[in-house]
Amino acid sequence: MKLLTLNFLTCAIKTCKTSEASFPLHPRDAELEIVETDLNLPFLKNILPRLMWEEIRTIASELGLPDLPTTAPTREDLVENNAEVQASLQNQTAESAEPAVEEIPSQTAKDLHRILLETCIKDGKLVCGNCAHEYKVMEGVANFLLPGHLV
Amino acid sequence: MSRPEDTLPPDLFYNDPESRKYTTSSRIQTIQSQMTHRALSLLSLTTSSLILDIGCGSGLSGEILSQPSTSGTPGGPHTWIGMDISSSMLGIALEKEVEGDLFLADAGQGVPFRPGTFDAAISISAIQWLCNAETSLDSPMGRLNRFFGGLYASLKRGGRAVCQFYPKNEAQKKMVSQAAVKAGFGAGLLEDDMGTKNAKTYLVLTVGGGEVGDGDITGVVRGMEGVDVLDERRRNARDGKRKRGEEVKGSKGWILRKKEQMERKGRVVKANSKYTGRKRRIQF
Repeated sequence: MKLLTLNFLTCAIKTCKTSEASFPLHPRDAELEIVETDLNLPFLKNILPRLMWEEIRTIASELGLPDLPTTAPTREDLVENNAEVQASLQNQTAESAEPAVEEIPSQTAKDLHRILLETCIKDGKLVCGNCAHEYKVMEGVANFLLPGHLV
Repeated sequence: MSRPEDTLPPDLFYNDPESRKYTTSSRIQTIQSQMTHRALSLLSLTTSSLILDIGCGSGLSGEILSQPSTSGTPGGPHTWIGMDISSSMLGIALEKEVEGDLFLADAGQGVPFRPGTFDAAISISAIQWLCNAETSLDSPMGRLNRFFGGLYASLKRGGRAVCQFYPKNEAQKKMVSQAAVKAGFGAGLLEDDMGTKNAKTYLVLTVGGGEVGDGDITGVVRGMEGVDVLDERRRNARDGKRKRGEEVKGSKGWILRKKEQMERKGRVVKANSKYTGRKRRIQF
């Protein structure tokens, strides 16, 4: 399960819905793996405003991943600025009217892609901070089936 | 035609052999991919989005969502999160190494995501399973309400959901769409091949706050070819008006008619006056 998904998951139990502690779920005994995927810049740009950066940082530190910057990156950070400068320089020399349309992802975008979409929880547990209910994760699939009395 | 929903609950019906049969059948694959493409055209996504797939099964529709826009997925490749109740189906999805994240979860217990998570939601041949409750603690209406309530919350404002399902009868169709409306969605039913054996029903849902279609559900299909809009709301309003014109039991008109009827039968009836059919006021 991607860390991106973990940033959206809450506890499924009805009584936890109103509690702030039900988000985020805390990983425990988690086994991580890296699944390489293609970087999708439009998607990153689309999802960025919806991310809860503080929670990503807490989860990353709980998983023992390297520290993330304290402030969330902005959309501008995701695109390589140098590319535009280079393109404009080229334009000045070659006198061509069209600037480069292709946006080049910056290192920030690559890091974000790495942590959100390529880092996956393979096995372990997710624990609700409110009711301490444990959701098992096996082979990347989390079990969110609840017994009838908790629905 | 037998309906699998009536035989067993979904987690037991889609066991290992049945899941494999479902996933490898080329006929089901074609139908599923057709329906996914149709649903995607109704969602009309323009950019790479986060999509929830309810009842993703073995990821037949998910595979289409992960395709780039050059292979016929508008706005693709999308990132999707799938939930399904059948572990065998999810096992096959794992074998196929689908790109989306998978969850073993019952949609009838709600959607465990924080508000405003998804750009869109898709569900292919799944929500008819919600119309059956397996225990006496649960009811179909309760399951539908929890599902649509959770879905409504987890979609972002202006988001859309398209749920293709196989309703058993008109009553079930009505029950599902009413549950969606109750949750707050703008709901509309789109039927392909209406009246044939291959009829497919799509429940198109919009979350308010978007700029699309002037906040009206019929705006979703505007500009689409071969779609007739049949507005039930207007028809209901018209029916309501006619009902209002009708004679109400106990009203003056009704009393006069009944008196006339009795007179024709030869009964002794009091003469009509200006007081006939008036309410008796409380007087001291």
